[in-house]
Amino acid sequence: MAADTIKDHPRERRLVNFRVWLAVVVMILMTTGLVIRAFNLQVMQYDELATQSEENRIHLRTVPPVRGLIYDAKGRLLAENRPSYTLTIIRERVEDMDWTLDELGKLVTLDQEDVDEFKERVYQSRPFNSVPLKYRLSEREIARVSVNQHRLPGVNVEAQLIRYYPQKNTMAHAVGYVGRINDRELKKLDTSLYSGTNIIGKTGVERYYEDILLGKPGYQEVESNARGRVLRVLKRVDPIPGKDLHLYLDLDLQKAAMNALKGKRGAVVALDPKTGGVLTLASTPSYDTNSFVTGIGYKEYSNLRDNINRPLYNRATLGEYPPASTIKPFVGLAALDSDTVESDYRIFDKGYFQLPGEERRYRNWKRKGDGWTNLVRAIARSNDTYFYDIAVKMGIDTIHEYMTMFGLGQRTGLDIASERPGLMPSRAWKRQARGAPWYPGETVISGIGQGYMLATPLQLATATAVLANRGTVVKPRLAKPGPGVAPVPPFAHVEKDEKDWETVIKGMREVVENPRGTAAYRIGKNLKYTVAGKTGTAQVVGIPQDIKEEEAQVLEEFQKDHGLFIAFAPVEDPKIALAVIVENDSKAAVGVARKVMDAWLLPQLNDLTKTSLLSGNKKEGEL
Amino acid sequence: MSQDFIRQLDPSHNLRSAPSLSSRLHLDPLLISMLLAFCTAGLFILYSASSQNMDMVIRQAIYMLVGFVGMCIIAQIPPRYLMMLAPFAYLGGVALLVTVLVMGYGAKGAQRWISLPGFRFQPSEIIKLVMPLTVAAWLCRRPLPPKFQDVVIALILIGIPTALIARQPDLGTSLLIAASGLFVLLLAGLKWRIIGSAVLLALPAMWGMWHFVMREYQKQRVLTFLNPESDPWGSGWNIIQSKIAIGSGGLYGKGWLLGTQSHLDFLPESHTDFIIAVLAEEFGLTGVLVLLAAYALILGRGIFITLHAQNMFSRLVSGSVTLTFFVYIFVNIGMVSGLLPVVGVPLPLVSRGGTSLVTLMAGFGILMSAHTHRNLLGR
Repeated sequence: MAADTIKDHPRERRLVNFRVWLAVVVMILMTTGLVIRAFNLQVMQYDELATQSEENRIHLRTVPPVRGLIYDAKGRLLAENRPSYTLTIIRERVEDMDWTLDELGKLVTLDQEDVDEFKERVYQSRPFNSVPLKYRLSEREIARVSVNQHRLPGVNVEAQLIRYYPQKNTMAHAVGYVGRINDRELKKLDTSLYSGTNIIGKTGVERYYEDILLGKPGYQEVESNARGRVLRVLKRVDPIPGKDLHLYLDLDLQKAAMNALKGKRGAVVALDPKTGGVLTLASTPSYDTNSFVTGIGYKEYSNLRDNINRPLYNRATLGEYPPASTIKPFVGLAALDSDTVESDYRIFDKGYFQLPGEERRYRNWKRKGDGWTNLVRAIARSNDTYFYDIAVKMGIDTIHEYMTMFGLGQRTGLDIASERPGLMPSRAWKRQARGAPWYPGETVISGIGQGYMLATPLQLATATAVLANRGTVVKPRLAKPGPGVAPVPPFAHVEKDEKDWETVIKGMREVVENPRGTAAYRIGKNLKYTVAGKTGTAQVVGIPQDIKEEEAQVLEEFQKDHGLFIAFAPVEDPKIALAVIVENDSKAAVGVARKVMDAWLLPQLNDLTKTSLLSGNKKEGEL
Repeated sequence: MSQDFIRQLDPSHNLRSAPSLSSRLHLDPLLISMLLAFCTAGLFILYSASSQNMDMVIRQAIYMLVGFVGMCIIAQIPPRYLMMLAPFAYLGGVALLVTVLVMGYGAKGAQRWISLPGFRFQPSEIIKLVMPLTVAAWLCRRPLPPKFQDVVIALILIGIPTALIARQPDLGTSLLIAASGLFVLLLAGLKWRIIGSAVLLALPAMWGMWHFVMREYQKQRVLTFLNPESDPWGSGWNIIQSKIAIGSGGLYGKGWLLGTQSHLDFLPESHTDFIIAVLAEEFGLTGVLVLLAAYALILGRGIFITLHAQNMFSRLVSGSVTLTFFVYIFVNIGMVSGLLPVVGVPLPLVSRGGTSLVTLMAGFGILMSAHTHRNLLGR
């Protein structure tokens, strides 16, 4: 320790102590800096940072309302909401979206479509709201996601109510379905009402009554942690659930109609003539609407869309067919009411009709002629010659006027999203649409419902209901009046001579009851009630455009005539008025109608027999 | 030689009174009671910061106990033994650092740990203690202020472990260790012109560090510090959230266990490096000031011990330990409040973590040793 010898201890101590005091001063200055910083943050910036802290933890989340349920006439569910587990993502919580989606793809099966659609929607949604990626997770998928959730921030499994149609394809065209809101709809709708949901009614009742089924969203002020998990609800404004709808549709009758049409392309519309309530609105083939609720896959959709039988197409309200001979009772009533002819007016049918001074022969379906024919017989035998004759006597203007009164050529105003107006030609229409004058020959074929004339099964059923009511015009309705559904406006009654109605109806009864009536054989035996009906056979003018060469046999099938039948029953006190069309099968419509009427009337008759008010079809013996 | 003959009584020593119990146990009652109070308060903050994780608090309390025991043991060692042991401990520590670099296994991409059956530890923690002892042991034998060649040797002593730790890479720790050595140099009376030229040299050195030494993530930390808003969801998140936590505490805070930033997981690392933000959020500016005042008391005792040390070694070591303690506090609070870039420095005595706690307590043990082992005749 040689160095010790030259150390000057007191001096060194003074030196070091001086340095220590210097350090103390520096420490005090630096601590002052910290205090100033704390003061700056906690006092000067307090308001701003306290607000940011609140914004961190408190978020406004919308609570979607529960969509209204849809019931049939007897209170059976046609559309309900079922809990389902949905994989959702909150975009703000995700660090790397592509990575997260890749990882999720390993846990659950994700279609590329799901992912693409999600990517589109995720940037349109409000911040901190969860966006669904995949619906209807299986138990296994829920478990796999839950186990891995800790390493996938922003990913959640949420229980949501999803629309469910327990009747699957039975009610597809009438009830319709809901689906994801698309861009076009997004532009039109009030986003505040849809902030909690991405579902909207797409077709049928679901679309028409969207406003009342939807309800009003509520909201929640929630406290959530940094990973977006909601810890507690600070404030809640409950959503207002959508209102339930009760329909006139009867599930049993609808099933009967769908069964009767099974394997056919066709439609049945049945009304209660007293209320205008639609008892059945069937169109076949049909499809399961549940596929559309959470977004249908492209392949599944193109299968439905490109199917040659066109299951998506609602034939009952969109199908426009030549009404053919089913128009005859209405033409007959027009002739009587306009005093064109008397009820005992008759012609001798030699098999064809000729306009005065013209060569062309308008033929009866029975080439040889049918002898002396009055109106009742003309309807029963569907005599074309008779109707050529009275149509020409009336002229197109009168025909147009009366057919319009029966509701043809215009939308019925049914509470369904989509309906076509059909076509009731007139001079004015032809001048405008075709730029040509009306030719007398066109009046001739109008008398048998051919030519330009087009009607939907719904229109035919509505017109039949007017016949059944002997002039009271009803407006067809799907939904019963109730909360949000306006009551049906009072019916218009067309004041006509009672006798005229009965003459036409007598003709329609004979269609079924007279052994020579056009439906007598096909209606079947043991009819337990009275029926007034009218057959029709529509020639197919156009064939579907999209048929390919290799489907030549199919093409032949699609060129066959359509069969139509309108009817109401019982004649004395009509409880059902219906129109049936079976495409490319001229023989099936009557049988379908019989099954539907049986399904509706037999249970009611059984009830009546019990109270011994009425028994069977008393007219049967007279024939 | 002449100095050896001038022996005088320590002026504070009262010959007539028997040595007190505390001085016979070589403990400083003032420092111990301050530390005890501080640690207890720290446990309450940790309880809140860990989202009321009692296990974590109990584990921390056990570490504190271990720390106190370690402190008492070290306090028994007279400073002259510490001085003799220092070079060997230094050599051993450096050897361990080399071992860690060669074969230590990674934690969070950095190689810092040595694993022995039963427990594992960071050699850098040993160096934290050994560094001031070694530099002081070297300098106190030289005439002060140190001559240039003495300074160079001291810098080499400081530089070797610093470089090794920086290679781990653990820049924060290496800087703190360098600082603890440099404080000895500064206190020892390093000449102002050397200090001045070092500062002048520091500017180009910083440029060199940026381009050749610092890793990408370290640069990112500095860039984030300069502008945290540039990446609010990524690297800027920590500092933005901790500023929000501190600021939203206001004057009086949101109340114990009621801090939303920490309890809702917005504040990252809330129980380790960012624990001061939890305190600031829950107890407000008041809490921060109380904390700083409590630290000031401990620091004040450290300064007192330094000023009243009996010999140069004790004085330099005590001063360095005290100043390093302050630097921990300043760097931690500075970084959490956004004044400094984020370096991994815990808040002493409060942050969760056993090793750094034990090391700190051992440091206080050295302080006590310096204060209580007094020769009857001071030198």
